[in-house]
Amino acid sequence: MANENAELLPLDALHRTLGAKMVPFAGYSMPLQYEGIMAEHLWTRSSAGLFDVSHMGQIEVRGTNVTDALEALMPGDFHGLKENRLRYSLLLDGNGGIIDDLMVTRRSDHFYLVVNGATKHGDIAHMTSKLARGVDLVHREDLALIALQGPKAAKALQRIAGEIDLLTFMSAGPFKIGGVRVWASRSGYTGEDGFEISVAADKAETVARALLAEPEVKPIGLGARDSLRLEAGLPLYGHDLSPVSTPVEAGLSFAISKRRKMEGGFPGAERVLGQLLNGAATRRVGLRVEGKLPAREGAEIYAADAKVGIVTSGGFAPSVGAPIAMGYVPAAYAEDGTVLQIDVRGRRLDARVAPMPFIPHRYVRQRG
Amino acid sequence: MSLYFTEDHEWVRVDGDKARIGVSTYAQEQLGDVVFVELPHIGQALDVGKDAAVVESVKAASEVFAPISGTVTAINDALEADPSLVNSSPEADGWFFTMTIADKDELSALMDEAAYKAFCADL
Repeated sequence: MANENAELLPLDALHRTLGAKMVPFAGYSMPLQYEGIMAEHLWTRSSAGLFDVSHMGQIEVRGTNVTDALEALMPGDFHGLKENRLRYSLLLDGNGGIIDDLMVTRRSDHFYLVVNGATKHGDIAHMTSKLARGVDLVHREDLALIALQGPKAAKALQRIAGEIDLLTFMSAGPFKIGGVRVWASRSGYTGEDGFEISVAADKAETVARALLAEPEVKPIGLGARDSLRLEAGLPLYGHDLSPVSTPVEAGLSFAISKRRKMEGGFPGAERVLGQLLNGAATRRVGLRVEGKLPAREGAEIYAADAKVGIVTSGGFAPSVGAPIAMGYVPAAYAEDGTVLQIDVRGRRLDARVAPMPFIPHRYVRQRG
Repeated sequence: MSLYFTEDHEWVRVDGDKARIGVSTYAQEQLGDVVFVELPHIGQALDVGKDAAVVESVKAASEVFAPISGTVTAINDALEADPSLVNSSPEADGWFFTMTIADKDELSALMDEAAYKAFCADL
């Protein structure tokens, strides 16, 4: 079998008990689906879904001038990041190409990073080679990561984790769930309100079972995770993002903090800031595809007879009720409403450049 | 009428000199939620083992191969309006197309229902 060499997640036994269909992903055996992608997707949009994202890399960085050290690798303003707040950021190479996208949280005496599973070992090698002496990086392989996402996530979690509702979007702190100490942030990858919960691997099942015991919560697999993030307009590294694209090309200029735009000093700053000023030649765009036939990753995008780009993610969007896609096109074709064609097995499907997200984000930015 | 199956999880229901084609219950479970079915054209000549249709699920696109050679005589228009028939009724209302049987000997290479059940049990 293809997944013989795949590593097992801390929740592997629970996934199998819950009837998951397991597939190899990012070097791990992971749940693709439980009852079905469509049902799981719609459940997450209407209630709350539990996702095992323990394949992701959890990393602590600490030491002398650690804030400067991170700012030398990424375009985020980490001096301006308050304790227990998190920020979406990008590891960039010398040309401003994206090595990975990640979450950076400031904790009292260190930074806590969550990076993609498929790229974590490369990220660690890259950071280790760049970080100055006196700055230490610890890969917390002893931790699991669970996401609880959906409009009823807060209600369900509050019942068992106390005042977790005090958190607002992109803030974090220590909590207890079922007597287990966890680190929870109000964040996620679905466009819904929700939480990401870091917990000792050997306590992960206790926490997952406590969450699943709440009536709002069902387990959700990778399949729905992908369709949810696609509808939310959120790029997936290795598909929509790669070292070929810069933050500006990828439509992620918001990850370049204001102070860093003025000061630069991050990898590839000259090129990236130039693109910010003058525009980039290509852009990541959202596409709404006519009809029902999905256009998937790798499909070619045409303007009249000229090939102008390529689809980097695409599929049927359950909450939109139609196929949607993301891809890169020249700036001249990146305006909302531009009509393009996508080739699917020789058929040319009309597709319209559309604003993202495809489904409005429902983050909870204020208490109350 | 006799029912045959392929190792690619298509079924073939032979009725006189015509055959009706679809995908098995096992196949639809593997495919997951079907959102689109690309059917061949009426009059299209199909060669055994070659592309005949494409099933798009939320998960992926999967090719359906012609289980036998012949010419397409009808397609299931209901799949255009409701592709989920492939999930809810794979071996009845969710049929794909009917075709002529160019060479009856090709049927002998297929499995009967009992053999197919045993085949799936080993997967």
